[in-house]
Amino acid sequence: MTTMTDHEPQGTSVPATDAALAVHNLWKIFGKGGDKILGTPDAELPRPELKEKTGCVVGVKDVSFEVAQGEVFVVMGLSGSGKSTLVRCLTRLIEPTAGEVIVDGEDVTKANESRLRELRRNHASMVFQHFGLLPHRQVIDNVGYGLEIRGVPKKERRAKAAEVVDLVGLSGYEFSYPDQLSGGMQQRVGLARALAGDPKLLLFDEPFSALDPLIRRDMQNEVIRLHHELRKTMVFITHDLAEALKLGDRILIMRDGEVVQVGTPDQIIGAPADEYVRDFTSEVPRSHVLTLKWVMHEPNGDAGDGPVLQADQIVKDAARVVLDHHGPCRVMDGDKLVGVVDDEDILRVVVAEEEAPA
Amino acid sequence: MTTVVAPPRAEAKEPPPPPAEPRHLPRWAWALIVIGVWIVVWAFTKGQDTLTLGAREHTQLQNDLTEFRNAVLASRDTNPFIQFTYQLGEWFKEAVEWCQRMISIPDFPRPVPQIGWLGVTAVAVWIGLAVAGWRIALLVAASFVSFGLFGYWSDSMDLLIVTFVSVSVAVLIGMPLAVLLGTTSRLGNSIINTILDIFQTMPTFVYLLPIVLFFGIGASAAVVCTLIYALPPLIRIAGHGIRSVPSTTIEATDSAGQTSWQRLRKVQLPMARKTIVVGLNQTIMAALSMATIAAYVDGPGLGQPVLQSLFKNDVGGAFVPGMLIVVMAVMLDRTTTAASEASEKAARGRINMRQRRIVLAVAAVPVLVALWMSRFYTWAAAFPENNLGPSVADAVNSFTEWFVDAFGGATEWFKNVITEALINPMQSLLAESPWYVTATAIMALALVLGGLRALMPTVICLIGIYIFGLWHDAMITLTMTMVGTVLVMVMALVFGVWMARRKSVDLLLRPLLDAGQTIPPFVYLIPMLALFGPTRFTAIVAGVIYAAPVAIKLVADGVAGVSSSTVEASRSTGATTWQEITKVQLPMSKGSIVLAANQGLLFMLSMAVIGGMVGAGALGYDVVLGFSRSEEWGKGAAAGITIVLIGIMLDRIARAAANQDPITHNPTRRPWWRSSMG
Ligand SMILES: Nc1ncnc2c1ncn2[C@@H]1O[C@H](COP(=O)(O)OP(=O)(O)O)[C@@H](O)[C@H]1O
Ligand SMILES: [Mg+2]
Repeated sequence: MTTMTDHEPQGTSVPATDAALAVHNLWKIFGKGGDKILGTPDAELPRPELKEKTGCVVGVKDVSFEVAQGEVFVVMGLSGSGKSTLVRCLTRLIEPTAGEVIVDGEDVTKANESRLRELRRNHASMVFQHFGLLPHRQVIDNVGYGLEIRGVPKKERRAKAAEVVDLVGLSGYEFSYPDQLSGGMQQRVGLARALAGDPKLLLFDEPFSALDPLIRRDMQNEVIRLHHELRKTMVFITHDLAEALKLGDRILIMRDGEVVQVGTPDQIIGAPADEYVRDFTSEVPRSHVLTLKWVMHEPNGDAGDGPVLQADQIVKDAARVVLDHHGPCRVMDGDKLVGVVDDEDILRVVVAEEEAPA
Repeated sequence: MTTVVAPPRAEAKEPPPPPAEPRHLPRWAWALIVIGVWIVVWAFTKGQDTLTLGAREHTQLQNDLTEFRNAVLASRDTNPFIQFTYQLGEWFKEAVEWCQRMISIPDFPRPVPQIGWLGVTAVAVWIGLAVAGWRIALLVAASFVSFGLFGYWSDSMDLLIVTFVSVSVAVLIGMPLAVLLGTTSRLGNSIINTILDIFQTMPTFVYLLPIVLFFGIGASAAVVCTLIYALPPLIRIAGHGIRSVPSTTIEATDSAGQTSWQRLRKVQLPMARKTIVVGLNQTIMAALSMATIAAYVDGPGLGQPVLQSLFKNDVGGAFVPGMLIVVMAVMLDRTTTAASEASEKAARGRINMRQRRIVLAVAAVPVLVALWMSRFYTWAAAFPENNLGPSVADAVNSFTEWFVDAFGGATEWFKNVITEALINPMQSLLAESPWYVTATAIMALALVLGGLRALMPTVICLIGIYIFGLWHDAMITLTMTMVGTVLVMVMALVFGVWMARRKSVDLLLRPLLDAGQTIPPFVYLIPMLALFGPTRFTAIVAGVIYAAPVAIKLVADGVAGVSSSTVEASRSTGATTWQEITKVQLPMSKGSIVLAANQGLLFMLSMAVIGGMVGAGALGYDVVLGFSRSEEWGKGAAAGITIVLIGIMLDRIARAAANQDPITHNPTRRPWWRSSMG
């Protein structure tokens, strides 16, 4: 869990100008005549009723968000909430019904076919839950596939592919076939394939859901490591809250195609937008996610001269210092005093956790 | 907002329970009632209005068809369409003849073909080695040597040539269509599928008459009919393979920005490769079986000596070339199957390609030597004369005589029992009732068994049969088909259930059934003719043997597919074996059983036609006569169309009956898009 603090959480508001990805009012309605429903009152109906009435299913409902350069943006929700549909709309693997998707300043929804191919080849790559590898190709040729279809000569693409295979820790398996590899290794191939084209934007659709828990943890750490090394912008889909909290700079929570909340992990845990979010964040160890900012209180009068802690420090990491010190500790945001914490503030979080049903 | 207790999940919602069905008589009881009424009516009316048409009599429509043929032939030099088809036929013929001069007939002024038997055999063995390994190479060597040894070298080569020219053209036409089938929308799919359905329900024989009209007889007609017959399996199976490439893989590679051409070439075709080769195997086997039947239109090949001997009732003479057809079928089947496995292995890196190339290069040296020798040494050019073929034929003839002497009583008894107990009563009911009684009864049965969806096509087909003026013959052919199908289903149920319940029986029978399926239907007539002489019964038994392997396998797989936990559950309640079979396994595999019956019907129908010339009579005989006498062409064509109508009618009734079934029609099947999405 130490990795949590390794990458700086971004602010909630992203300057629109240099966003790596911006999505505005995106809709996807599956079924015949889906586009005609848009803008009518029907569009606001709950899913089962709309299905009953028109036979259409709303996959994505008026979703907007922006992702900053180098950010890891997690989309999470239960199965059927429209995550896969959303991420596929970003590169138009599923054609959105309405809305804008802006990648590197260009509106993807307006791109013609060749422009779209260009974008998929150079700007955004995707990693899939079921890998989608080509069984009749060796690892190195699976990884080099994106380069091959761009027309990169064989020698060059093999060299580049070998480099990436190395990067994801698969050296020695270049000439294996996918069915000779374990699930975790196959997904490393999937990861390498996405990285080989050197895209700015990486999209992940529940890449680790099909893996065993231990291997899943390794792969999550791998993603964190790669993010450190390569600093790529990532949109990461998951239904696993722990994974979302571990990887995400910010998290978008979806339900029935709609955005329920967008925020940093501590915002999601500390200030859930509604009962729905509160309900499925209830089992998260809060002390592992919340920062001091969420537990401190106003200094009544003098802040005292206790140890200085930063507002964005995780409660768990600060606990030792606060409990060892008698009296309140000062919480600073940079140089500015923003509050104080004492033993009781810490214990409230930790004890509440122990009382919660396991 | 209230607390969200359970996450809303669209898929998890149970469909509402179907409304309880009111209890009523089962379908088979209704069918029995219809038949009962029919028998009563028949008893009072038999012999009236049977629409019997004498041997040399024609209806007006049949005469018109003959006129049409004459007009077509007369316009040969002016009508651009006929000119086009004749030109096409000419190209096919030239291709075949070129190959013949290369390997099967003397290429004037040479007294022998360009490449003699030794060279051909060596090249074939090398190809076997290259595509499938040394075992197959040995099989190929043995097969080719046997062609020469038994004295049918040039007929064998001709059959191979017709098969391969047809298959090559079938691949050229079929692969693009398969890609279309594998990649287009549902609409395009259902159009292609409907066309293929019609082609596949058409018994082989029926293609021949119109083809002869537009392409003439001989090699050109042989190639065209073989090609048409061999095309559907390739399109269907390869198309299915392309369509079955997992959508996750397509999506993943699409996300890399591939063009649709790249998707096809680098993803869909390689991933469907194994299925495509299976389709190719089916196409080659279909081509071989049709190429033998093309002997009826004077197509070159091993079918010719078989046919001539059959006409003369010379069992021994038919036996040797018939056996060589089987040898060729087994060789082609094993080679393509092994090639598919080998190519799969190669695609997954399980074969050392370098070592393989060296082996092939080394093996090429003796092949070249053999080629060279076969051009310059007589013994290597023309297969040395020997007496093996004729002596085997004589041996078979004397064996047959002995067998018929010794067991003639038993076979005669068997024939009579089936004829008296099944064929005669049924034929009398179908063909001797007034035509309107039979028609009404058939429509009533269609309605009872398959509902309105079966009734519509049945009415149309019956009207057609009536119009073409061969009602009586049609009813006789229908009788043979039905009797045969009953026998096929008895065999299928007995052996299918047995195979499904006993692994050892399955292991024993399955290879036999597989082999049986590869043998061209034509060949089955030979031993049956020996046993039963030229009668209706011969064709029926040959048809039963031809149709049985498919039907048995379908039933066996269906019964074996019944979930073992269901069987276990019934066993735990103390059911006897008989109860377990009749109350659990058979009802639950009803879909496969109906499918088996459907296949049985179509196979029987085509055999009833091929058997026309060994005593089956009726429509088959009308067709055969249509080939040989120009004034009978119209009647033959009418018979051909009638056969198609019978085929479509039976097929539609069987399908509708299967779909009406609440068990095979499974409402809980998830829609296609749900099964693929996460
Ligand atoms: N091709 C499609 N046609 C119709 N409905 C679809 C299609 N794909 C997905 N859906 C529906 O859209 C909703 C969202 O699906 P999806 O994006 O796959 O959810 P998630 O990935 O979050 O599990 C689901 O209710 C699903 O049934
Ligand atoms: Mg999903």
